[in-house]
Amino acid sequence: MTPAWAKVLIPIVLIAIGAVLVWAFSLAALEGGDRLALIALERVPESGVSNPITSVLLNFRAYDTLLEVAVLLTALLGIWSLGPAAPAFQPASPILGGMIAWVVPLLILSTGYMLWAGGHAPGGAFQAGALLGAAGVTLALGGDASAGLPGETRLRFLSVLGVLVFTAVGVILMALGYGFLTYPEGYAKWLIIFIETAATLSIGVTLAAAYLGGEPRDERTSRSAT
Amino acid sequence: MMIDLLALAVAFPLLGAVVVTATPSHARGLGLASAVLTTLTSLVLSLGVWRDGSVRSDFGGWGAPLGIGLQADGLSVAMLVMSNLVALAVSVYAGSYFSATARRHFWPLWLLLWSALNGLFLATDLFNLYVTLELLGLSAAALGALSGTRAAVAANLRYLLVGLLGSMTYLMGVALLYSRYGMLDIGLLAEVIEPGLVAWTAMALMFSGLFLKAALFPMHFWLPPAHANAPAPVSAALSALVVKAAFYLVLRLWLDLFDPVLNASVANVLGLLGAGAVIWGSWRALRAERLKLLAAYSTVAQMGYLFIAFPLLVATPPGLARDNLLAAVVLLAMTHGFAKAGFFLAAGLVQKTAGHDRINELGGAAQALPAATFAIGLAGVALIGLPPSGTFLAKWIMIEQAMIQGLWWWVVVIMLGTLLAAAYIFRVLGHAFNREPTPYRFVNDARTEIPALLLAFISAFVLGLIAQPLWTLLDQGVLG
Amino acid sequence: MITQFLYGGSGILLFLLGTWSFIVHPPLIRKLIAINVMGAGVFHTLVALAYRGLTAPADPVPHALVLTGIVVAVSATALALAFGQRLDRDHGSSADDD
Repeated sequence: MTPAWAKVLIPIVLIAIGAVLVWAFSLAALEGGDRLALIALERVPESGVSNPITSVLLNFRAYDTLLEVAVLLTALLGIWSLGPAAPAFQPASPILGGMIAWVVPLLILSTGYMLWAGGHAPGGAFQAGALLGAAGVTLALGGDASAGLPGETRLRFLSVLGVLVFTAVGVILMALGYGFLTYPEGYAKWLIIFIETAATLSIGVTLAAAYLGGEPRDERTSRSAT
Repeated sequence: MMIDLLALAVAFPLLGAVVVTATPSHARGLGLASAVLTTLTSLVLSLGVWRDGSVRSDFGGWGAPLGIGLQADGLSVAMLVMSNLVALAVSVYAGSYFSATARRHFWPLWLLLWSALNGLFLATDLFNLYVTLELLGLSAAALGALSGTRAAVAANLRYLLVGLLGSMTYLMGVALLYSRYGMLDIGLLAEVIEPGLVAWTAMALMFSGLFLKAALFPMHFWLPPAHANAPAPVSAALSALVVKAAFYLVLRLWLDLFDPVLNASVANVLGLLGAGAVIWGSWRALRAERLKLLAAYSTVAQMGYLFIAFPLLVATPPGLARDNLLAAVVLLAMTHGFAKAGFFLAAGLVQKTAGHDRINELGGAAQALPAATFAIGLAGVALIGLPPSGTFLAKWIMIEQAMIQGLWWWVVVIMLGTLLAAAYIFRVLGHAFNREPTPYRFVNDARTEIPALLLAFISAFVLGLIAQPLWTLLDQGVLG
Repeated sequence: MITQFLYGGSGILLFLLGTWSFIVHPPLIRKLIAINVMGAGVFHTLVALAYRGLTAPADPVPHALVLTGIVVAVSATALALAFGQRLDRDHGSSADDD
């Protein structure tokens, strides 16, 4: 356990750090001005989407987002490497089951809407992917051992789809002479929608599979058979 | 047709990871192919920088400050070459080390780690570095737990959490810099940053996060269990490359961004912590009961030398002497990368053959596994810093500079650390040469022994004798 | 201005509370929660920075950074929880703690 002197000292040190942080941030905020806001907002019309945040995520700083989808994939692969999943929940009662039968299609419908809305209003691939993942989690809570996910081969393909499409679009554009992840004029909107659709599928599938934990299904059944 | 090697150095391992995840039954073949392709890309890129100078590429065509780009200069390329060669050797070794089930988990995570490393050495954007650091931290922790033992899972969970603490602290510093200067690109920030409370606080936040990740004493507590319990090829990558990436970032931010902010007292604190790491790490390595734990503590000590260089760098006025010192630090980091990877790979072989890695019971290892023992010996030459290793040259320059600046106490620390390193290496070799029957065969398992031997050989001979190109390389962007 | 200050200030407070909790509480699950509180603090501060008054549109860059940061934090939390679950399971089922 923490020794007595540390119990006193740690809060004091942290309060001192806090005072410095508040002071530094206040100074910085006062002197900061407009930062990147004006530059970014000015170029939103060129980005292919009208929602400024989506412009930053999928165009100005698309490379960050690519790596971020890779982080999500890494987490899933790490979870798979830790061995089999915990046993599934018991099947839901008829009332809960009936509710799930309503909620899951609604969630999937909202996924599509959220993905489309991201171009001009708050929304986008991550919000849509989170809804899709929630559909999977709802199914798992209702006792579905696979959370509605497909078998191993297709599950693996869906989980890498986001990184695959994102990187492939980047490399193909580079090979065509535009530069890595540099969308040619007029194509930005459709390329962004294409990447976001793939990313949404991957994010949804990854979140649901991460919630289940454990290696993909086929692998498990084949092992328990031998 | 346009080929952007900077983008490909990150994109190839990423695509490789995608392919091996989707087709796990061909993980080894496709994984090795991606490894070769990535290494070739990095080497061609490095050759270009060596000949023609730094290159930069802006993704999306926006350019800084709005967009993100990658940039390769002498310093990043030096680390890139070392990392990719070590990673290639680790890949060859891993090809025959893992069982069929472990293999399908190893390859995707390993290639993701590799793309994070390449991305980190080439990054120019502070927030992009945060994402890269997280990709590195997550893949490293997941790989470290692959051996599946309870000790490995617990140690790597701790490593993951400490890494996250470091990332969050780093990110707070980035937020502070963005709020004051409204930019995230290192090069642009360097033009406008001024000494003062804001810059100083941001530096303190970012550096303390990175020190945690670089396992700088006394924040090293997570490293020995995590590195000692991981599978051997993963230990090699964690010790040789992953902690080195955090050190590279400290050096990069120090040189490119925080140079006007820094003063001698900050550097002296770093040097003191480094000295603590050298003494404590070497002492614990000497007392370690297991070979891999010894190697892990030795990493703590070797990271210490890298931080001792900071007070020397600050004390030395700009000019030839400072350039030499900087090159010496990079040479030290590179040599340690090769040596420690070779050491861990060979130790993994000993552990696999003997069924354990307790140093006191290693008797006869030299007879059973002459190539592995030889690799440990060669890597030991570099870890101690005997001539003609790169460490010898680097330590020589550091000691010389410390003498010239009258900072003799750093000389004492370096000497003491060297002495302790000699003691722990000879302790291993002493036990390995215990019994005397004739060796059967020098090489027993070429696919695992040759990578270890090659890495150790590079660390002990090649880097020290052919260090000249490094000076040429660092001229591109860092020196002068 | 005062709203922004309160928002940013509470972000810093959350960051420090998380740091404090990470340091003083040994159980790894509490450290994981602490990290998430710290993350919430950093993201709070970034969102406060994006505010440019009621009339001007907010700075989209910090918003995008926060979105990226949230996904990264969720991934890391998921992996850490899986690690913890694995440790719990091992603890329950077998005695070979090595």
